[in-house]
Amino acid sequence: MHQREESERDKNLQMQKRKARKEQPERRKQNSRQAGRGEEKENKKGNAQILALTYCMVAVFLGMAGYLGYFMAVKSDKVINNPYNKRQEVLAKKVQRGEIRSKDGKVLAKTKTDSTGKDTRIYPYDEIFAPVVGRISNSMTGIEKQQCYPLLTSHVNPLRQLTNTLKGEKNPGDSVFTTLDAKLQTIAYQALGNHKGAVVAIEPSTGKVLAMVSKPSYDPNTVAKNWSSLIKDSNDDSKLVNRATQGLYPPGSTFKVLTAMEYMIENPQTYRDFNYRCKGTDTVAGHVIHCYDNERHGILSLKNALAESCNGAFATLGTELDLDRFHKLAEKFGYNKALDADFEYNQSKFVLNKHSDNGELTQTAIGQGKTLVTPLQNALIAATIANDGKMMLPYVVDHVESDSGQVVKSYDPKEKGQVVDEWVAQKMNDMMKSVVTSGTGYSLKSFSYEVAGKTGSAEADSEGTTHSWFIGYAPADNPKIAISVVVEGAGTGSRYAVPVTKKMLQCYLGD
Amino acid sequence: MDKNGAAQKLIAIFGHMDFIGLLHSILVETSKYIIIILFAIYTWHCFSVFVGNNTEKKDKVYRRQNKIMYTIHFICTAVLFLNSLDVTILGLYLAQLALLIFVNKAYIYVYENASKMVLNNMLMLLMIGFVMIGRLNRDHLIRQMIFAAAICLIGLFIPLLIERFSYFDRFGLVYAVIGILMLALVFVIGKTIYGAKNWIVIGGFAMQPSEFVKIIYVFFVAALLSKSTQWKDVVKVAVLAGVHVLILVAEKDLGAALIYYITFLSILYVASRNIGYLGLGLFGGSAAAVVAYHLFTHVQTRVTAWRDPWGTINDAGYQVAQSLFAIGTGGWFGMGLGEGMPNKIPVAETDFIFSAISEELGAFFAICLILVEISCFIMFVNIALKIKRRFYKLTSLGLAMEYVFQVFLTIGGVTKFIPSTGVTLPLVSYGGSSVISTIILFCIIQGMYVLNCKEEESLETQQETDASKRRVRKR
Repeated sequence: MHQREESERDKNLQMQKRKARKEQPERRKQNSRQAGRGEEKENKKGNAQILALTYCMVAVFLGMAGYLGYFMAVKSDKVINNPYNKRQEVLAKKVQRGEIRSKDGKVLAKTKTDSTGKDTRIYPYDEIFAPVVGRISNSMTGIEKQQCYPLLTSHVNPLRQLTNTLKGEKNPGDSVFTTLDAKLQTIAYQALGNHKGAVVAIEPSTGKVLAMVSKPSYDPNTVAKNWSSLIKDSNDDSKLVNRATQGLYPPGSTFKVLTAMEYMIENPQTYRDFNYRCKGTDTVAGHVIHCYDNERHGILSLKNALAESCNGAFATLGTELDLDRFHKLAEKFGYNKALDADFEYNQSKFVLNKHSDNGELTQTAIGQGKTLVTPLQNALIAATIANDGKMMLPYVVDHVESDSGQVVKSYDPKEKGQVVDEWVAQKMNDMMKSVVTSGTGYSLKSFSYEVAGKTGSAEADSEGTTHSWFIGYAPADNPKIAISVVVEGAGTGSRYAVPVTKKMLQCYLGD
Repeated sequence: MDKNGAAQKLIAIFGHMDFIGLLHSILVETSKYIIIILFAIYTWHCFSVFVGNNTEKKDKVYRRQNKIMYTIHFICTAVLFLNSLDVTILGLYLAQLALLIFVNKAYIYVYENASKMVLNNMLMLLMIGFVMIGRLNRDHLIRQMIFAAAICLIGLFIPLLIERFSYFDRFGLVYAVIGILMLALVFVIGKTIYGAKNWIVIGGFAMQPSEFVKIIYVFFVAALLSKSTQWKDVVKVAVLAGVHVLILVAEKDLGAALIYYITFLSILYVASRNIGYLGLGLFGGSAAAVVAYHLFTHVQTRVTAWRDPWGTINDAGYQVAQSLFAIGTGGWFGMGLGEGMPNKIPVAETDFIFSAISEELGAFFAICLILVEISCFIMFVNIALKIKRRFYKLTSLGLAMEYVFQVFLTIGGVTKFIPSTGVTLPLVSYGGSSVISTIILFCIIQGMYVLNCKEEESLETQQETDASKRRVRKR
């Protein structure tokens, strides 16, 4: 019924149209209606374009919302941890600063609230961890600074937060678990005795920093009280400086590791044929080079030259190197380069290039000259050789845990890349083993496992101050720990730095 | 009543200070989650209404959105009040509530058939602005409320105005001339505030003419392009639009310059249906941006601050860095209203209000806000699609683009998605000129739609009467 009515109406319309063509009076109305339809069509024009614009803008906005989400999830942690961000004061009102713990769960820093509600930060190990853990008063440093916001963030569940609020208590902040081994750190700190110096120990396969000692250190528990004498530094102790990452020392003979590797890389077929007759002193490229104590080493292969740490041999070897490539190798190992590390550090310096003169060249080849290295950088070099030439970025924070033991964030090992070919690293391993078996590091021979390493005695000034160095790792065939030790003004590496290493290895790997 | 007296009275009522302190901290902790959940539901409804045609159901959704808005408003006020125990907060709350309810009721009446969603969003954004501005700066809140109330009242007459002056589209050139003159006037007698010379100070009131010019600017472009999109006419419009943009660049008002430019391109693209213009325009714009970067140090500063705010944290990067600190430290759920430090961000109430919101109400809330803005834009576009008259269609599209692009510039700028250009977040940011021009913009789009419906209705009734007449005659 309805349908028929409609079709009838349609018919009527058509008839109307036909009529309209003939009938004058009808035409006006009809025109207006057609115009109406035409206009409708006309005004859908552009709708496709409007939709296209809309899709674009919606996409842009979704991108922006996604970016904000990405920022929050990934980048914000790092961004907010900035001394210019003053919001820690706000957080500290609601959250009790979390603990910093060693790898094995020992408390390195904690906050205690006394009966009056005043918070005190307590460092149970006093001076031992100060350079790496840092402090919160008198400008924040170390892990305290780097993990400031995680320590002031509470991830306990909302219900517990509410209960705490009801009780008028602060929420417990998250705990930061470091990669540091409290026992190893303590042993290293004690082993340095009364000497100034620094120790860095790294797990070669991951880059985890196991120990980071700088001596003399300060007691972070009393830093506010003793601040004025600390900054006055009347004994020239530089207690506030973390020597392990910021101290720049001439590398001395430990640098011969790099010189030897560069020689091997440049002469992969013939380096075995290298030999040198050591007479205790030699004139290389017009410059006189002495071996330590003017000792005559006799005829030496590359391996023996390293084991005996023969200056004459390495100075000679240096003159045969392509200095630009040498420069590049040093930079690959981290000299002159920023380190993507989560603590404060100084860049190690290597200036030798093809414009350098022979005097500088021969000095640089034996680790003197203008080259400066941090104990951390030297530890990284040892760790890289131990890890078959693959460098891992060093880090000190392993993960962050909420008060209830849930892991909130964990930091994974990061690879910096293959610095030298595997064969070079393996060959270097052999040579560094011989340093211990038949060379300057002989006192490390007593262990049940093999140790690889290189000693060094670096002349720091013209008055004869000599820093004692050792870099190395163990067990040589399956390295678990790489160590770099510098003892300031102490003399030869074998006499001071090696014993420190020995105690650490004993502690970490046993006899 | 002075603040202390009131507080003491309240303390007397509630026992002692600790009780209120406790109540406040519990409320702060719980409210931030509740507010986020409510706002998420609101946001969800902003999109759920696009699906389906059940008007009854939709009405229900709109009513629920209103309820959510009033609830959030109430919770926020409660938190802020318990924080300071300042009774003026309650007074201001009541005034805001009255304004919101009045606008809600009156606009439904005046803007018959208009999009309820657009109205809801307008009120929601205004409300968020009131809460945040009030939290940051009380005096500014009062000014903002006065401006908003006044313009909302005027807004009631906008549909009438549009209907009366249906020959709006005849004065394209006049609009252009007025716009250029006003902008030029600012260039001559304007005052530089926050690095841009885009303010005129009259009797203690600072206003930003570019905010108002941007509306007649759309009229000008839409009017001329709705008549002809022949090459020579396009060139004419382009030159006139270009003059606007160049004056703005000269005033260092880069945000406005960008908005004007993109708006022109969008209208041109829709009017001509020629993607070539859009491509050409975007290419030309990019080229101009590169030239501007090399010519003007203030452009370079913005870009440097965007690429690395940390390296320049002491000068150029300061604002963006502070903004990111705020957003980042606030976290997903926010610090809680009144608990953060948004005042550390320079110009937090105007250009950086989004960061302040994100800091205290949380990144979830902020992301929902972005989604609400998109939904608002989609509603605008929806209206532009339905409108039949070409001039109205182009105008509403142009205004919609102006709106959405401004939102993009401000949120993108404060989140370091794009270089910061220093524009306000419409309706939310503090600023008389901004709030006035935005409400006018909302009203014009809605008003044009109302008119469109009326015209359609009358056309339909006319057709019906025609048809019935014919039917009668036939019989």
